[in-house]
Amino acid sequence: MAHPIVRTDSLTKQVDTGDNRLTILQDISLEVNAGESIAIVGASGSGKSTLLGLLAGLDVPTSGHVYLDGEDIFLLDEDERAALRSRLLGFMFQSFQLLPALTAIENVMLPLELAGINDARRAAQALLERVGLGMRLKHYPRQLSGGEQQRVAIARAFVTQPKMLFADEPTGNLDSATGAQIIELMFELNRERGTTLVLVTHDEALSTRCSRQIRMASGRIIH
Amino acid sequence: MNLFRLSFRMLRRDWRAGELRILVLALMIAVSSITTVGFFADRVELALSRESNRLLGADLLVIGDRPLSAHYADKAEQLGLNTATLTRFSSMASKEENNLLAEIRAVSTGYPLRGELRLAHTASEILTEERTYVAQGIPSPGTVWIDEKLMAGLDITPGETLELGATRMTVAALVAREPDYSVGFINMGARLLMNADDLVATHPIQPGSRVTYQLLVAGEEKQVAEFRSWAQKQLVPGQRIEGIRDARPEIRSALERAEKFLSLTALASVVVAAAAMALAVRRFTQRHLDGCAIMRCLGASQSTILHLYLYHFVILGLVASGLGCLLGFVAQEFLSHWLAGLVETSLPLPSGLPAVHGLLSGMVLLLGFSLPPLLNLRRVPALRVLRRDFGITNLHGLAGYAFGLLALSILFIWEAGELRMGILVMLGFMAAIAVFALLGWVLIKLLMLVRQQAASAWRYGLANIRRRTIASLVQSIALGLGLMAMLVLTLIQSDLLRDWRTSLPPNTPNRFLINIQPDQLQPLAEFFAQHGMQQPDFYPMVRGRLMTINGQPVRIDDDTEARKKQLLNREFNLSWADKLQSDNEIVAGRWWQGADSPENELSLEEEVAGIIGVKLGDRLTFDIAGSPFSATITSLRKVNWDTFRVNFFVIARPGELDAYPINYVTSFYLPPSQVGVMHELVKSFPHLLVVDVATVIEQVQKMIAQVSRAIEFVFLFTLLAGFIVLYAAISATQDERIYEAAIFRTLGAKRRQLVRAWAAEFAILGGLVGIFASAGASVLAYVIAQYVLHVPYTFNAWIWLVGILVGMIGVTIAGLLGTRSTLTHPPLWTLRKVG
Repeated sequence: MAHPIVRTDSLTKQVDTGDNRLTILQDISLEVNAGESIAIVGASGSGKSTLLGLLAGLDVPTSGHVYLDGEDIFLLDEDERAALRSRLLGFMFQSFQLLPALTAIENVMLPLELAGINDARRAAQALLERVGLGMRLKHYPRQLSGGEQQRVAIARAFVTQPKMLFADEPTGNLDSATGAQIIELMFELNRERGTTLVLVTHDEALSTRCSRQIRMASGRIIH
Repeated sequence: MNLFRLSFRMLRRDWRAGELRILVLALMIAVSSITTVGFFADRVELALSRESNRLLGADLLVIGDRPLSAHYADKAEQLGLNTATLTRFSSMASKEENNLLAEIRAVSTGYPLRGELRLAHTASEILTEERTYVAQGIPSPGTVWIDEKLMAGLDITPGETLELGATRMTVAALVAREPDYSVGFINMGARLLMNADDLVATHPIQPGSRVTYQLLVAGEEKQVAEFRSWAQKQLVPGQRIEGIRDARPEIRSALERAEKFLSLTALASVVVAAAAMALAVRRFTQRHLDGCAIMRCLGASQSTILHLYLYHFVILGLVASGLGCLLGFVAQEFLSHWLAGLVETSLPLPSGLPAVHGLLSGMVLLLGFSLPPLLNLRRVPALRVLRRDFGITNLHGLAGYAFGLLALSILFIWEAGELRMGILVMLGFMAAIAVFALLGWVLIKLLMLVRQQAASAWRYGLANIRRRTIASLVQSIALGLGLMAMLVLTLIQSDLLRDWRTSLPPNTPNRFLINIQPDQLQPLAEFFAQHGMQQPDFYPMVRGRLMTINGQPVRIDDDTEARKKQLLNREFNLSWADKLQSDNEIVAGRWWQGADSPENELSLEEEVAGIIGVKLGDRLTFDIAGSPFSATITSLRKVNWDTFRVNFFVIARPGELDAYPINYVTSFYLPPSQVGVMHELVKSFPHLLVVDVATVIEQVQKMIAQVSRAIEFVFLFTLLAGFIVLYAAISATQDERIYEAAIFRTLGAKRRQLVRAWAAEFAILGGLVGIFASAGASVLAYVIAQYVLHVPYTFNAWIWLVGILVGMIGVTIAGLLGTRSTLTHPPLWTLRKVG
């Protein structure tokens, strides 16, 4: 269980801002073992979200490598990375990112449908019931509270039984009580399913629940 | 689960969530306007040609100078077509000491197959249409029906008998109007209608006399067309086929113009609909950027996204277009009921073709405007889920619409039915769009210069327009096109139709006098003066057969094109003139100025020149009464046949034809109240041939009225499409606007301040729309007047006033209505709904 499921090697991200080159991430090397829960913390602009984006293959680095489950994801093209995400990763976002046109259950079914998995409805319904939204299956996102929307997002993240769950400020848009419930739920599912958790957060309560914190400042990891 | 099913489910979800309503509505309106025009044009065209066919008495004639073999009639019957025969020849009719050469028409049961024959008991009844009656059948054996000219010439009345050939026949009725009386300059002189069964008994046909045998055919259009193409191959020398389009050029010209106007109306609705589609697709794409980013994040490949939305749009397109076709069918059904009183016969059922056309047009429009954004949509970076500012940069770019414009061009050419007109109108629109874009950009820049001096509401409005310069331009151009079509179809259409109608004024000549001898000119002039009628112009003419072109004998063989054969087989009427007639226009070469050349010169009508294959500089030799006459073509003329004035295919310079036997021809307007004068004229000048074209003119005027009505109805659709454009344009930026407004209100902006700022923005936008629409409409009106209808263009300043006012007021009202939800809901509600 001690092999790294996520590994980065000298990961650097720079962007051109007209005359200058701005370094957002510099030389990040880290390892996350399977089943671990990692909180990436740091001030605004420290590069946490950029790191998360690169780890999930949503963005490409200027240099360096990211290995997910042993695979160098930047040797893959965009579509192959999408397929890899579909296979390995679940996501949660600060702004929930549910599709407004889809009901709760349809939002949860979507990753299964995209992966071509049959019986998406049953799996989605089971998970929504598990997160306490059994009565809200046919509600649209706008008819749900923030906490409920994030529960739908949790269900969507776990429905494909991913090896890793990446979360960007999952409690950032929630009040502390609701945030605490979401944290509880996330960790319960994490335990039940042995998922590796990588999350970006400002929330102290959340970061202390993780097995390890990675602290960032000015695009570097502070040890 | 396969992608198609997933796509279908997503479509259902999108529909439930109200994401597709504008798009579906726009597409439905687009297709239904196209199909309404299509179905209706189809029916009107069928009806128009059928109406015109009344003038032939049939849908088609097979004409021969010898008895037609039975296989024509057999084939027609086999195809389920109705047939009748008509044998035409000249023979002397007499009563006591009075003799008159009459044109005898022996007809079989069923004649006429189209139109009606009206009879009267007395000469005075002929004058008033209400007192005449429709003939039931044909003259019974032993009886004849005669026209007023024969009645006057023989001094005979119904009930009396006349001698025809070897037999005596009883005059049973007077012919007030025949359906096929005025088609072609072949019906001259006194006329007599008899039963074909009497031909054998009377033997009126003398050996050597010129007889024409006709087979009249009528029935369903498809079968008629099939018969026509079959019969075309069976023709032997001396035989020809005639449909209405082969007959009088003025009928053909009116029909063609009617068709052009209808297809033009269809084009206007296509453009407006396309504008609505473009806006709706743009909004759809924008609203699906996030969804695509999430799906990319959740592992969907680019091709998955593309397929997902492609299926989405294909299903959507088929369903919406199908509904549009249905709606189009219902609308045209309604229209034809509405027009039922106008058209004498019931409109024939439309063919299925317009439905196919509508469905295909819908798909072409939808895919044309949605494919480029869809191709972009699949490239949405997954990172957008973390960083919302990551999106697609060229979503608003005009380049994205290039494919749509291409699709539109295809539809244009298709709708116009001819490449040249389609391309011409399309290029016009493209140029208009380019000019509008440039003009709008300059205007926005200019407005920015005065921004600092403007009141705060206007400043905010201007700032909003500048921030969305490209989007604002796209919207105002789309709306401008919609409004332009509306302006063209309201203000300009009525102008154009008025001009078109007046191009056939009430005093259009309705009688032609032919075969006037030089010594009759003076007495005739006196006759006109005596009866208080305006002196008509007398045109000299000689008849000649074209023998050689540049010294080469003219050959007519089986391969010769039908119309060319028809022209070369008969004698040309050659006239001469010092000055060019006002309804003639020189299109090549130059009109003679006095006797400035020793050579004989000719001016030819351009279409005829094209048919017989001659050009400027060619030397033609005619045989006139046995003597050759040679001359060089020095000019080609375009003739406006619609004036119904005397016109000639071939005109010579004065003096060149003096040596040949001359007679004169004239045309004049005879008011219905003076029809009695014709009896006197015929009596005083028995050898004159009178041709009555009143029926033809009536027919043409009726067609114009019908087409006007049709266009007015189609205008309703364009108007509806215009409203959809407006709605789509407002919706396109609505999310953004509502979101901004919520922030403004959160920051303390008062409701009134917001309304003012928006009103200012919409008014500026509406002003742009009005300017675009008025400019476009003026140019389009000029093009239509000049190149389509051939009437002089008159500038209408109202267009600018109405266009700009309607643009400003309409867009402001619609815009404020579209964004009112922001004012009635608390900002937090809006922020949550959009965010």
